[in-house]
Amino acid sequence: MNAPVTIETTLKDWETDQEVRWCPGCGDYAILKAVQRTLPQLGADPANTVFISGIGCSSRFPYYIESYGFHTIHGRAPAFATGAKLANPDLDIWLVTGDGDGLSIGGNHLMHVLRRNVNMQIMLFNNEIYGLTKGQASPTSREGTKSPSTPIGSYDHPARPAAFALGSGARFIGRGFDVSKHLPDVLKAAHAHKGAAFIEIFQNCIVYNKDVFDDFAAPKGAEDRQLWLENGKPMLFAKDTNGLALNRETLGLEVVDVVDGDWESAGVIVHDVTNRSVAHMLIEMPFGPFPMALGVLYDDPRPTFEDAVTEERERASAGKEANLAKLLGTGQTWTVSGTAQDPV
Amino acid sequence: MATAATTPQDSASSTPDAIVVRFAGDSGDGMQLTGGQFTLSTALAGNDLATFPDFPAEIRAPQGTLFGVSAFQINFGSRQINTAGDAPDVLVAMNPAALKVNLAALKPGGLIIADTGAFTKRNLDKAHYEANPLEDDSLAKYDVLAFDISEKTIEAVKPFGLGNKDALRSKNMWTLGLALWMFGRSRQPIHDWLKAKFKSKPDIADANIAALDAGHAFGETAELSGPMRQMEMPPVQSEPGLYRTITGAEAVSLGLVAGAQLAELPMFFGGYPITPASAILHHLARLKEYGVTTFQAEDEIAAICAAIGASYAGQLGVTSSSGPGIALKTEAIGLGIMTELPLVIVNSQRGGPSTGLPTKTEQSDLYQAVYGRNGDAPMPVIAARSPSDAFEVAIEACRIATEYMTPVMLLTDGYIANAAEPWKVPNPADFTPFPAQFLTEPRGEQLLPYKRNEKGARPWIKPGTPGMMHRIGGIEKHEETGNIDYSPDNHQRMTDLRKAKVENIAVPDQEVALGETSGTLAVVGWGSTYGPIHQAVRRSIAKGCSVSHIHVRHIWPLPKNLGELLKAFDHVLVPEMNTGQFKTVLRDQFLVDAQPLTKTSGQPFQIAELEAAIAKYFDGIEGNEGGEVAVNNQQLPSPLAEND
Repeated sequence: MNAPVTIETTLKDWETDQEVRWCPGCGDYAILKAVQRTLPQLGADPANTVFISGIGCSSRFPYYIESYGFHTIHGRAPAFATGAKLANPDLDIWLVTGDGDGLSIGGNHLMHVLRRNVNMQIMLFNNEIYGLTKGQASPTSREGTKSPSTPIGSYDHPARPAAFALGSGARFIGRGFDVSKHLPDVLKAAHAHKGAAFIEIFQNCIVYNKDVFDDFAAPKGAEDRQLWLENGKPMLFAKDTNGLALNRETLGLEVVDVVDGDWESAGVIVHDVTNRSVAHMLIEMPFGPFPMALGVLYDDPRPTFEDAVTEERERASAGKEANLAKLLGTGQTWTVSGTAQDPV
Repeated sequence: MATAATTPQDSASSTPDAIVVRFAGDSGDGMQLTGGQFTLSTALAGNDLATFPDFPAEIRAPQGTLFGVSAFQINFGSRQINTAGDAPDVLVAMNPAALKVNLAALKPGGLIIADTGAFTKRNLDKAHYEANPLEDDSLAKYDVLAFDISEKTIEAVKPFGLGNKDALRSKNMWTLGLALWMFGRSRQPIHDWLKAKFKSKPDIADANIAALDAGHAFGETAELSGPMRQMEMPPVQSEPGLYRTITGAEAVSLGLVAGAQLAELPMFFGGYPITPASAILHHLARLKEYGVTTFQAEDEIAAICAAIGASYAGQLGVTSSSGPGIALKTEAIGLGIMTELPLVIVNSQRGGPSTGLPTKTEQSDLYQAVYGRNGDAPMPVIAARSPSDAFEVAIEACRIATEYMTPVMLLTDGYIANAAEPWKVPNPADFTPFPAQFLTEPRGEQLLPYKRNEKGARPWIKPGTPGMMHRIGGIEKHEETGNIDYSPDNHQRMTDLRKAKVENIAVPDQEVALGETSGTLAVVGWGSTYGPIHQAVRRSIAKGCSVSHIHVRHIWPLPKNLGELLKAFDHVLVPEMNTGQFKTVLRDQFLVDAQPLTKTSGQPFQIAELEAAIAKYFDGIEGNEGGEVAVNNQQLPSPLAEND
């Protein structure tokens, strides 16, 4: 179904002639480049690729990719993408949304596209702020965020995109950040996953929420604060001197020291991308005491919505003739011939 | 109605050429089913007919209460029938509440058939009756036929070993059996239907058949004098051909399937449950072999957005709802207008505002359809006038949507959606196909996704087409390339182009439905008021009034000749089930002195009230009552109790 033909392209082939209108230094530029770098590696066909977005800074993305693109309305991109995918399951759809678009006005649609498992890649650019409307607090803003709409500091508890996605029934959850060199790997894994693949991308809003992710994304000391997960590999960070283990008393994760690379005796867990319970713990673990879990947190495919719809239509149509004239005359009918009338 | 309606006193002694029967009972009594089956037997007997199902919003309102009353009215006759009838000649009341709610509508001298078994103290209390109306003289001006239907039903189904509660469920079939006898109808189609319906429960089927037969036999054998007698209703003279009964919801569904076939497109239907529009989703969900994909979305917004997404990908996107749901879809309609993609939006109107009257009919979404969007957002609007007309109108909506690359709104209403009428089955081959065209290579050197054709439509380019990659969206775009363009001149041009495209849609010239093309009074209607207006105008013409009936299908853009046509009349009267919305559009577009005649009771117009309104313009005519118009004083009563 998906991308049956691979095409040779270069990064240049995916650039449009449109002037990019994001603020200089915006994290969106780095994400755009990462995507344009990834698409040739996937053998993606521009004619078969569709970028669908909602409203917000991130949602301008389709204008800058030389493929098909649909810049829709606020929060509803998942619904447009679902309709397009059902109409043509062969399309390779990338959804672009943000923390306001995807989790505030569009939270309902995001939930349903994930639980239905419509095959597409969903990139949520999380900058923890409303950028295009000039800096109001968003549903992912941290408590105390000062903004034009929250001058004394926000007091609502932030939503956590990956936790929302897992709770909605997502079968793929990846995480990366704008300038990370690993982001293309996460995108590739998401593309390889058949079903709705959710990718939270931390993105630096240079104007309204500058460097808010520096606590884990800043290059200096990144080793100690980032845990890049790899399937089948132990959960190690800080140059393999720390790892994550299961505390059997609290049934939660804990950071353990790894001496001389002997992670096994330290009890460090081996990442199994199909383990939903561990994925839940990785998503929920608080940053600070724990590192930030990045990479592919969860990947366990199940049948997709469009396949189910197609199969049902084929099953329901099997052996049936689509004869409209006959259909119109179905039911309780009678014939009038002259004035005599005979029930059929 | 003719005889029956104008000279009610005749109905006891001679056979009228049309008769109105209303079945009324508790919402759990199966009155809609009874009415539906009686309709079928009436159609099979060759009568023309129209029906009006009138039921509460609650699925199972508390038993015996006034607000739990469900009614089904049918008007049938040996001549053309256009409405469900004004006042019933026969009222079947299955309990005191049904009698109380519906009695005011019954004609003087009309027949009441009541189930005494249900006129218990408890039920009388619930209906706020202080005394049993069957036992005092409060029903003196009617013929009353009261007997214990409950007991007779229990007796009839006794051999099947059902408990009393289950046995009483067949009460409606007993009543139907009696009605079939009264009008000389065949029981066989109902037998067949019951056997099919209860295929896996033959006992239940047999019990219902026994009840039906017992009711029929009761009529046949009981030595009843007075009102209980058989009435002959000879078949109507119809055009030869194959007929069936059809509701508006069925006709819309079939019309959409036909429209998609004529456009040579698969259809994608995005819907969300809402009364009274859900029936369209239900019908289409069973037609997958016709290339129909139905998608029950998470909300009204997702339903239309998915339909637009499907249109973008090359299918015919369709969505359907009622007023409140249409309100939610409004922003997405704007995007459909901006991106110029085909889309059909069906609005089965109901009483509003807000949740309003979910199960009652109204035409009050016309402003919403024509004007109700942000920005200058022109959109074609067409309206069906009857259940069978909805078939052709749905095809027309598909044609406009695909030929002009635009969302189209199709207006029906709760009355059209639920009501049934006989329909001469059309031959799909008689409709001219309008195959959709997809652009697969640039027309010149450069790909210009917004360069218009002679109709003002931009090309439809499916994603997946090699070499045709482009971007669309809700931001104002350049008039040819479709790239973002906020420049003042461009927005001015794009606004003008969108407006001109819709205004120049080819709409057939307006014809006069009945009467001359000029004269004293034009009665102008749209939508489901067709039947009562037609009959009222017909009667008024017969009395010598210079009146014509004009019924408008194309609400936006309006037929080009309509202004001139209206100006050929001294007066223009616009009856509407709203506060005068189409009247405003006519005044605005043609500067004519259109006068409103409005009704917002949740019930269709009656012929008599329209006739009285017309009479006001013709004081000097013999046999014409003239004088004051008292609209609404005869309308079908609504339950008084609280209803959400």
